[in-house]
Amino acid sequence: MAELTNANMPEELQNDPRVPDDLKNNVFITSLDKIYNWGRKRSVWPMLFGLACCAIEMIATAASRHDLSRFGWELMRASPRQADLMIVSGTVTKKMIPQIVRLYNQMPEPRYVIAMGACATAGGPFKEGYNVVSGVDKFIPVDVYITGCPPRPEALLHSFIKLQEKIEKQSLRNVPWYRKGEEDVIPVPVLGPDLVDPRRAQEIKGKAEQIAEGQPAA
Amino acid sequence: MAEETTPPTSAEPAASKPAVPARPAAAAGGAKPTAAAKPAGHAAPKGPPLATLTPELAQLQQQFGESVIAPAPYVGVLVNDLGKLREVMTYVRDQLGFDMLANATAVDYIKEGYIEVVYHPQRSKGGEPITLKVRVPRGNDPVAPTEVAVPSLVPVYAGAEFQEREIYDMFGVRFEGHPDLRRILTWEGFYGWPLRKDWREPYYEGDTKPFESRWPGGHHQLAEERVPWQDNVNYPPGFDPLNFQANPDAGLYDSMLGGVPGVEVEPNGQAQRSPQPKGVGASVPVLDRNYNNLADDEELQTDQIIVNMGPQHPSTHGVLRMVVKLDGETVTDLKLVLGYLHRNHEKIGERNTWLHNIPYTDRLDYICGIANELGYVITVEKMMGIKPTERAEYLRVIMTELTRIESHFWAIGFLLNDLGAFYTPALYFITERDLILDLFESVTGSRLMCNYMRFGGVSRDLTEDQIMRARELAFERIPRKIDELEQLLTDNEIIKARTIGVGYLPAERSINYSLTGPCLRAAGVPYDIRRVDPYSIYDRFDFDIPVFYGADVYDRYRVRVAEMRQSLRIVQQALNQLDQTKPGDIQAGKKAYNHRVPAGQAYGRVETPKGELGFYLVSDGGQNAYRYHVRSSSFINLNSLKEMTVGQKVADAVVILGSLDIVLGEVDR
Repeated sequence: MAELTNANMPEELQNDPRVPDDLKNNVFITSLDKIYNWGRKRSVWPMLFGLACCAIEMIATAASRHDLSRFGWELMRASPRQADLMIVSGTVTKKMIPQIVRLYNQMPEPRYVIAMGACATAGGPFKEGYNVVSGVDKFIPVDVYITGCPPRPEALLHSFIKLQEKIEKQSLRNVPWYRKGEEDVIPVPVLGPDLVDPRRAQEIKGKAEQIAEGQPAA
Repeated sequence: MAEETTPPTSAEPAASKPAVPARPAAAAGGAKPTAAAKPAGHAAPKGPPLATLTPELAQLQQQFGESVIAPAPYVGVLVNDLGKLREVMTYVRDQLGFDMLANATAVDYIKEGYIEVVYHPQRSKGGEPITLKVRVPRGNDPVAPTEVAVPSLVPVYAGAEFQEREIYDMFGVRFEGHPDLRRILTWEGFYGWPLRKDWREPYYEGDTKPFESRWPGGHHQLAEERVPWQDNVNYPPGFDPLNFQANPDAGLYDSMLGGVPGVEVEPNGQAQRSPQPKGVGASVPVLDRNYNNLADDEELQTDQIIVNMGPQHPSTHGVLRMVVKLDGETVTDLKLVLGYLHRNHEKIGERNTWLHNIPYTDRLDYICGIANELGYVITVEKMMGIKPTERAEYLRVIMTELTRIESHFWAIGFLLNDLGAFYTPALYFITERDLILDLFESVTGSRLMCNYMRFGGVSRDLTEDQIMRARELAFERIPRKIDELEQLLTDNEIIKARTIGVGYLPAERSINYSLTGPCLRAAGVPYDIRRVDPYSIYDRFDFDIPVFYGADVYDRYRVRVAEMRQSLRIVQQALNQLDQTKPGDIQAGKKAYNHRVPAGQAYGRVETPKGELGFYLVSDGGQNAYRYHVRSSSFINLNSLKEMTVGQKVADAVVILGSLDIVLGEVDR
């Protein structure tokens, strides 16, 4: 509550005769940003969404010992439409990434993403695998990355604190979700002979033609 | 870990690496009858030694003649006549008593030009499995499957269904007569057959590790900078994503719309299922009973619907996708879509050195990493012919059994979760589980991915303090917790009402489906590898194999509880006997970075909390595995889910899946 006590009622207002007595010390003045972010950062609803080993540590974080609910974040929702934080907890495979992107698109703004562990960050020990996406940030924007394989529950808690810091710094004036314009929908990748990112389709077509003609695709 | 991760110094020159021949696709044409998988530079005798036949295999040879059954290199027999394979396997099952197909996999011998399909049938009464192999020409087309098809063994062993699909997916071996031969771990339309030796992943650097290119000129280089597409993708020449329609699920829905019959199983008097309804959209009677042909009445007919559960679903224990066909609330058909966590364990494992693979095995069944490591190291030790020290054996047993307790806590907690007791029981058990993980962390440095085992030993000894903690857990805390668990759950009326008789699968069918682990023992089959084919030092301890006969969800729960108590007994005995061993003596021989495994083949298996975990390893004498296959119990146990679930309510499908206790890391690998 540090922000609120700092923004307590100024002394000149407390002495102002126009302020009724019963409102003195009961009126707080703060900026809209602060009260908005203060509420938001303590009621983030993570999505009940586990991918691999890191999900086990995520559950351990939610359990009584590490106790996620101290942060006001314990309400995990299985539906993306009720969640505003996606914890990508595990190896992102090519077969799974279309679903992950779709889930991300279904989450309402404001939404955040934590890449938990080495795999979600960059592919981890399985990076060289043919079915592994080298980091979820190839497709969806990530707010906080944590290292570890898997990260300890404390590391996940640390990432929550980092995300809270990030939320605190956002301002209503420039957050994307109150702006006019197109909705930011990420095109869902397609499973073809290999994973096809629709945003790169033109480039893929060009290179595949080059290779078919025997030129090196530089 | 620190003592073994020193990079290979000049004392181990690069020349000691096996000469890796370039393996272009075209070079595999001529079927040269050379030694199996011997790289140049090794003192290769004239071909690998042929296996000596066990009595059972000799009997098999006598039955079918030497032209059909011939000794294979290293181990097992070769079935030379593909047309007789099913007949041979039926004989193996019915006459020799090998009623369970433990494992089926394939090996691509690219130089010889064939793919060898390997079967490991075993007896549910115990003993070692036998090995049968067949060979098919591999062909050089990167996309087409093999021309010659292997007869599918699904009619003989129902447990072959997923395994054959996996072989098809990974090697492109066709199986004739398979009820539903589609890709299983990758997706329909995937380019190529990933585990063939000439198939290269997009980030390909070399056939074997350690790679030279990780540190070119002393500078770090990202894999993305090295490859033409700047990403982990590879497209066939001329691929046009703009004019491309992907429909990976078409085959799946076709197979559920009545076009493909269900798994044919040879009648052995069991599981007479009602005839399958025609499919979605087709009207089927509401009532089976004949009330003056009410069912024919148009108004009482109903549609079936297909519901996708997963891969993002709170009940599927990870990224599993269950596709169920529902008639009202009743499940009439079920298909599984796997591979959402397919992390290419086997392809990476064939690039890795032998030692590299130990931490990867942790990530198979990530609930009980140490148990997986044990399976891998004892298989490699079998091939290397080394034995761990006495102290290391005890430490292995203590850690593995603690893992079993921890895993069963998890399984029961989340089974209750599926039953609707949302998180409260799970939270109770996670408390104790965390204490076990604390011990793991203080010994190995990691809670889940312990990387504890080494060939011939373990990485760290237990200190006095850690032994005291283990004793407190084993003698005080965990027994108390199990008592509490039983008090709360075992006679709980709601649990009994929801679980008794649900997910029934009788013993004969379970065996035919290659079901292993607690689920098989809940069907009355006392099959536990610790007892029927003992490994490590399990023959020294006094413990029981709990068996129940209900073959339903309730007995699977009870088996797990009873097993936790037996595991505690083992840990207690092992802790008591630990002071008879020499402290610090945890590694046989010298610690080594490069291990050389003699050329050969081995199938090793252990009893993990989920069931039988097997490793089929083929070595060509180098420092990498030529073939590295994981026989995962979670994957093969899923074969039987359909038969357990069809006819039950959809809410019970979730519970039945929970009672199988699968871990997706092990299912998809």
